[in-house]
Amino acid sequence: MKIRGAVFKYGDNVDTDVIIPARYLNTPDPEELAAHCMEDIDAGFARSVRRGDIIVAGRNFGCGSSREHAPLAIKACGVACVIAASFARIFYRNALNIGLPIMECPAAAEVVAAGHEVSVDFETGVIADMTTGESFAAEPFPPFMQELIAAGGLANYLSARRQDLEEGVS
Amino acid sequence: MAMTMTQKILAAHAGKREVHAGELVQARLDLVLANDITAPVAIGEFPKFGRADVFDRGKIALVPDHFAPNKDVKAAEQCACMRRFARRQGIVNYFEVGQDCGVEHALLPEKGLVTAGDCVVGADSHTCTYGALGAFSTGVGSTDAAAGMATGEAWFRVPSAIRVVLAGAPRRWVGGKDAILHLIGLIGVDGARYQSLEFVGDGVSALSMDDRFTMANMAIEAGAKNGIFPADAAALGYLHEHGARKPAVYEADPDAVYERTVEIDLSSLRPTVAFPHLPSNTRTVEEAGDVSIDQVVIGSCTNGRISDLRIAAAAMAGRRVAPSVRCIVIPATQRIWLQAMEEGLLKTFAEAGCVVSTPTCGPCLGGYMGILAKGERCVATTNRNFVGRMGHVESEVYLASPAVAAASAVAGIITAPEDAT
Repeated sequence: MKIRGAVFKYGDNVDTDVIIPARYLNTPDPEELAAHCMEDIDAGFARSVRRGDIIVAGRNFGCGSSREHAPLAIKACGVACVIAASFARIFYRNALNIGLPIMECPAAAEVVAAGHEVSVDFETGVIADMTTGESFAAEPFPPFMQELIAAGGLANYLSARRQDLEEGVS
Repeated sequence: MAMTMTQKILAAHAGKREVHAGELVQARLDLVLANDITAPVAIGEFPKFGRADVFDRGKIALVPDHFAPNKDVKAAEQCACMRRFARRQGIVNYFEVGQDCGVEHALLPEKGLVTAGDCVVGADSHTCTYGALGAFSTGVGSTDAAAGMATGEAWFRVPSAIRVVLAGAPRRWVGGKDAILHLIGLIGVDGARYQSLEFVGDGVSALSMDDRFTMANMAIEAGAKNGIFPADAAALGYLHEHGARKPAVYEADPDAVYERTVEIDLSSLRPTVAFPHLPSNTRTVEEAGDVSIDQVVIGSCTNGRISDLRIAAAAMAGRRVAPSVRCIVIPATQRIWLQAMEEGLLKTFAEAGCVVSTPTCGPCLGGYMGILAKGERCVATTNRNFVGRMGHVESEVYLASPAVAAASAVAGIITAPEDAT
């Protein structure tokens, strides 16, 4: 699977409180959360982000709270992938569990600039900056992770697999 | 192969003789926690795991604390969702507002629900608090919590560790909060990312259990997977006193391998403050300069326990909160609230001009009960000072101990008690 979109660029230690401020955590509805995504560091983000766009950030993206609402909000905004130099561990786990593609790539995180057009190939792990022509290598997703993302997260993935088993599909 | 404390607990729960850093294991869980913010998402995911019932209705804890007592209609709906699930599933450890209630990470140890050697996950990042009891406990998201509730298991990548050797004893008005802020200042907010913080050394015995809860609680602020203390006589005494299950005591092997060792002399620590907007942005109170403040919050899963309230009351006794300051005191559990009342601490706070609240996470995460306006500054005994954490995006949170928070409330500027040496 390959995606392509425009880059929104942020720095180090983007925490879950700025990804989705706790004052909006009185609902688990992804669409409502999406309307306030990144509000405290980039008030225009939720209005200007388009489906397929990409977030690129520095070290320790998603540090802080365990709120799954953070990757849910980013995903519901239409963001197709988050690329960062590194991720905080709970965010990393949550993002994959809900089917938000994320990639660790310090080189891309350092060089790729806001507004650039970037493509990401999940099968090969190649991140290409179409604006500059540069490309970067990240870990590709193993097949099960691509299936999990396609299913929309861990619970959906397991649920679908169980149904397959029950219906005798291997 | 030599193992750390954390690795030994994970090995025991994965049914293995040994594990090594980086290995993926499937571990049996002793307790799965969620709260009024994270449980509704988990409850939505729960049916997808194909089980009608939770794996063990005695090994799940559901705590309405973040926006409880309900702050608005939506929060009320979230609490109602969790309450319905708890009733339907017959969850034993559901803690209703006003009845044995409290902030989850103060409440669960108090109720004896975690013991040494346990493996615990919670859909709250400060679940790492129970490391003070010699348990492995870590924060996860709602999907992982749902999987844990359904299966009683979770997968983990076995962490390597940073060994934090504590020596000496802290001086008067200095405690666990200063030690952990100092450590985060040293190693940074991702200094222990994916790793355990294992606290050892002679200095451990100089720290109260409440100090240790504070330190383990903030391990996540250094990016750690967990923080853990050895289950020494004080920890075992605490577990016995609170009716916890039989402890399993694990010590690190003498030749266990660490990513690195950090030494902290507790006797040399000064009252420490984390300036906006990262917990690692630390200064000693002497380096703070004249920072005038508008609000003080004393409470939370980090510092809302009885010894925190005793220290704050001692620093405030016979004085008044500065006219320009709102001081909000939030005992972390109903039992702590009652104890503080019986000891006269609540009277001290009220007479000094503080608001005393029922237990809630409330202001710590900018929920309610003390939201900051544009440009306002707050000294808080809480755990995070990110942009907008306690209110307006242009407000500021300074993290500090109960002693510094109380002294600052009286002075109207960031300061330590006068006789801090």
